[in-house]
Amino acid sequence: MSGALYCGVDIGASAAKLVLIDESSAVLARVVESSGVDYAGIAQSCLERALGQLGRHADEIVWCVATGYGRNNVEFAKSRATEILCHGKACHHLVPGAITVVDIGGQDNKIIRLDEQGRQLEFKMNRKCAAGTGAFLEEIALRLRVPLEQLDALAQSSTQPVRLGSFCTVFAKTEILSHLRQGVALPDVIAGAFESVASRVLEMDALPGQVVVTGGVVAHNPVLEKLLSRTLGRSVIVPPYPQFTGALGAALCALESSRKTL
Amino acid sequence: MQSLIPDYYKELGEAARSGCRKVAWCSSVGPVELLRSLGFAVYFPENHGAMLGASRRAADFISAASALGLSPDICSYMTSDIGAFVQGKTALTSAYGLASVPRPDVLVYNTNQCRDVQDWFSFYSRHFEAPLLGIESPRGMVDVTSAHLRALGQQYQNLASQLEPIAGQSLDIDRLREVVASSLRCTTLWQEALRRGALRPSPLSFLDATVHMGPAVMLRGDPRAERYYEQLLQELDRRAQGGKGAIADERIRLYWEGMPVWGKQAELTEVLAAQGACVVASTYCHSFVFEGLSHPDPFEGMALAYSELFIARAEAYKERYLRTMAQEYGVDAIVFHDARTCPNNSNNRYGLPQRLRAQLGLPFVVIQGDLNDLRLFSEEQARTQLEALLEQVEAGRP
Ligand code: SF4
Repeated sequence: MSGALYCGVDIGASAAKLVLIDESSAVLARVVESSGVDYAGIAQSCLERALGQLGRHADEIVWCVATGYGRNNVEFAKSRATEILCHGKACHHLVPGAITVVDIGGQDNKIIRLDEQGRQLEFKMNRKCAAGTGAFLEEIALRLRVPLEQLDALAQSSTQPVRLGSFCTVFAKTEILSHLRQGVALPDVIAGAFESVASRVLEMDALPGQVVVTGGVVAHNPVLEKLLSRTLGRSVIVPPYPQFTGALGAALCALESSRKTL
Repeated sequence: MQSLIPDYYKELGEAARSGCRKVAWCSSVGPVELLRSLGFAVYFPENHGAMLGASRRAADFISAASALGLSPDICSYMTSDIGAFVQGKTALTSAYGLASVPRPDVLVYNTNQCRDVQDWFSFYSRHFEAPLLGIESPRGMVDVTSAHLRALGQQYQNLASQLEPIAGQSLDIDRLREVVASSLRCTTLWQEALRRGALRPSPLSFLDATVHMGPAVMLRGDPRAERYYEQLLQELDRRAQGGKGAIADERIRLYWEGMPVWGKQAELTEVLAAQGACVVASTYCHSFVFEGLSHPDPFEGMALAYSELFIARAEAYKERYLRTMAQEYGVDAIVFHDARTCPNNSNNRYGLPQRLRAQLGLPFVVIQGDLNDLRLFSEEQARTQLEALLEQVEAGRP
């Protein structure tokens, strides 16, 4: 295989994602690893794995853009961009038109509004609070001693989700325990936790136009797509590989930057 | 220029120690001219609050205040200041060699900015058994009317009579006129300095302005503050003539609405400067411009100056004010700081950013944080939001 490579790496709070694309923006490789604490090391390891899959070399990468909380730790990146810009760019690439991007991350949520041309009109991040983020679901899973990867299946089997009234993660956990004590079935409690995430996200902002949902949380929990569509009253789009949207956006930025410097 | 604030604190310490002058505590937009003309050495606890914030140790002190029953949701200037006091600590020791905050002979507030100053000063009034006096101002005014001014002017007159026995002297109206005139000159010079921010590139940033506003807060009415700003103006003009901006390569001009995040001022300035962005104007620094002092009657002048200020006004006035400022300073975007413990200085909560965007087409961001309590602030999140705002401004350019 030959041709120029463009790399996007997204070091998030929970996972590090890397995408390699070619000149036509086609994705050639995707790698995800847990972020851990050594961001520089994990970025390097993602890169080596991706190149290994393709049998290619690092010097074939024309440009690399880093994004996410660990963006400043990626030594091999040529430039950096915020995850807000990258999510917007990738979503507009995948779903052209005026869209509202909702990114549900491990630690924070973002809402990004784009016009027809993909220009960012405004953005919003959640308040400094875990409510409505992946961290909330992790806490609940831990408290209920349910492995994270089983949350989705359990929620999907719910027939009567409970309604959690509390904003606060700690209070919500107490509320969940009291529901369980009253005999509410576990799937209904978990579905209630997902509904709470959906409500927190939807109340962050008005969500005009087509809503595109990205991020690791929706990638691992397809139930959220259903809940968001139901609460919003219209269907949302979850693009393929939603966990990689930030990294794909970064790779698209890399391609753009290389063209600008030609 | 550099010795002015240290000299001021030295004099204050001396007054408290020797009793050579009576000490009055005053809220930042309180009736300082009246106090100065009655011979008081005037101390401003809010400045101490800001110093504690900048030291980044405020959270420890806030916890001590919480233990006394003061909610961590109320003004963190107040809670850090009181928390430090009950722990026997003050930022004035390391900065200016004062062993403690100066003991007050009287405490004088104005509720024009918030109710917290009244509660804050009451704590010390109880502790030191010192009289607590104040001006109770109307808030949320669309227009400041003559009815407001008459009532307020009367309050200033009454306050003067209450202060005279504490000061041990009667008010000399000519002296008051002199102090008010000096205050006005100080404020005019300060305003001139801030106006240099409209130049491209701006010779001063928000960080610079918050450092230089000290004399306008603590020494207005004292001719030394006038000298300070005359020198500052010369320096700014020198910089401007040399084409020297506050940051190396100013490409993006921002407006800052709300309080500074005191413990992170330098870091946030750096984040912005790294992307060629400079905060060229702010409501906060402009709040110490008091044009109303030009009124021919000194009492009505104080009444006007300290009631027409931004913080005491209705949303409609704030909207007009911010629109004008954004246009005058040619800003590309607005940063709103939602300070958790100061709703009075957080103007994003009633849809103002969205309305301004619709009117001016300016992008904005709301940073969640606080003036002093860094537990309420995520530096990483603020950095990402600021950078995303700058990306948006850059992308929107032809
Ligand atoms: S205006 Fe805000 S920061 Fe200032 S004293 Fe009042 S509550 Fe505190």
